Amino acid sequence: MIVASNLSKRYPGGYEALKDISFEISAGQMVFITGHSGAGKSTLVKLIASIERPTAGSLVVNGQNLSALRRSAIPYVRRHLGMVFQDQKLLFDRSALDNVLLPLQIAGLPRREAIRRASAALDKVGLLAREKANPIALSGGEQQRLAIARAVVNRPTVLLADEPTGNLDSDSAADILEIFAEFHQVGVTVVVATHDQSWIERYHPNVLRLDHGRLVA
Amino acid sequence: MNAWFSQHRAALASAFRRLWSTPLNTVLSLLVIGIALTLPGFGYVLLDNLRDLGNNASGVQQISLFMNLDADKKDIGEIENRLKQAATGKWRFVPKEEALKRMQASEDMAEIVASLPRNPLPDAFIVEPTNSEPEALEILRKEIAGWPKVAHVQLDSAWVKRFDAFLKLAKLALWMLAGIFAAGLVAVTFNTIRLQVLAQAAEIEVARMIGATDAFIRRPFYYFGALQGALGGLLAAGLVFGALTLLAEPVGELAALYGGSFSLHVPGAIEVAALAAIGAFLGWLGAQLSVSLSLRKFD
Repeated sequence: MIVASNLSKRYPGGYEALKDISFEISAGQMVFITGHSGAGKSTLVKLIASIERPTAGSLVVNGQNLSALRRSAIPYVRRHLGMVFQDQKLLFDRSALDNVLLPLQIAGLPRREAIRRASAALDKVGLLAREKANPIALSGGEQQRLAIARAVVNRPTVLLADEPTGNLDSDSAADILEIFAEFHQVGVTVVVATHDQSWIERYHPNVLRLDHGRLVA
Repeated sequence: MNAWFSQHRAALASAFRRLWSTPLNTVLSLLVIGIALTLPGFGYVLLDNLRDLGNNASGVQQISLFMNLDADKKDIGEIENRLKQAATGKWRFVPKEEALKRMQASEDMAEIVASLPRNPLPDAFIVEPTNSEPEALEILRKEIAGWPKVAHVQLDSAWVKRFDAFLKLAKLALWMLAGIFAAGLVAVTFNTIRLQVLAQAAEIEVARMIGATDAFIRRPFYYFGALQGALGGLLAAGLVFGALTLLAEPVGELAALYGGSFSLHVPGAIEVAALAAIGAFLGWLGAQLSVSLSLRKFD
């Protein structure tokens, strides 16, 4: 599903965020990327999401080699990924439902079908009752759940999250984690970058531990 | 196909929404575009009317042929024969007595004419050639000047030539004006779209993140530019129409004073559609340039 071989990322200016990393994540796995801040977790997430490009090595996601990807092919790769960020990147000029509808509009789904699927996604994260609310009126935990609904509405094969609980209290964080675990149980590959150790003790996922850009476990 | 159609419809709807959601900006932009298109549009219609005026004015392309004062009936007969042979078109003989009578009929001239000891006017012919090309007229003038007892041949088409030259110059000026205003329109759209891209930076970033293609992101802006340009074009057509309606009566009166009947013709459906289409194209061009530049930073 996700295969990295001798993957490196050097930013302009010489900073080497990832050094010669190789790993394999198979379909349906739940994997945590951990490490201290600055270890390269976010860089790895950005490479998988093709927000950044590797400077050396190869990274294959869903059978596509991202290092050799044409720019015009990137959108179609991203449609198979559900992405969740620490700052949810929600749009505050529209309702919760419209936020979740956006990926379906991009995919060109008929409106009726899109609304049906968006409502189902909101229901899954427990926000169906708030579908008309503006995201600004939602709590931090609710906002993150809304972001997850948007990430999964397109039925992605991989759910990718970068510090999804970074700004949340422990109860809300536990809720979010529970939702990720549910998606894992229905066969979605879940990759979460986090420095939160309590998650690992509770769910025993596969762990990729990064230290100064190198893979240590 | 269905998805393609629904995405275009959504982009068009979003363009309308954006126009509608900022009414003041929209009105101001439309005014700028409308006025920028009105000036060349008005100039075009005006030139079109002037060209008609030049074509319609009858008796303009005339050659006046003045005989020597001592020319007698036989000489006049000779000239008539030659004019017949040359088959140049219509011609009319104006005897000196008739010319004098006409002068007497004129209020200002009557006194002067009365004080003259004898008729100083020559017999004359007024020729209206069928071929009114300036070059043909010039050849004919030279030929007639060589005939016997002909004192002077005057080509009355000099002002036609000047008028033609003026029209050509005006046309050139109009093209330059149109070019400048077209550039202005592109610039206005460019700026409007740039501000929109900035205002929607969050939406563009999120859309990119979740798999929107370039086309998906650009489409609403293209529609917006084209729509704004087309509406500006329609506004310009309305302004030209209004101006011509206001001018119609005074122009009619002026024409009547010169003993003619001339009415301005207003732009038709095709011209209105052309103005809207030009506006739409220039708006689209401005949007295209602006989006290409503004979206670079989202890469």
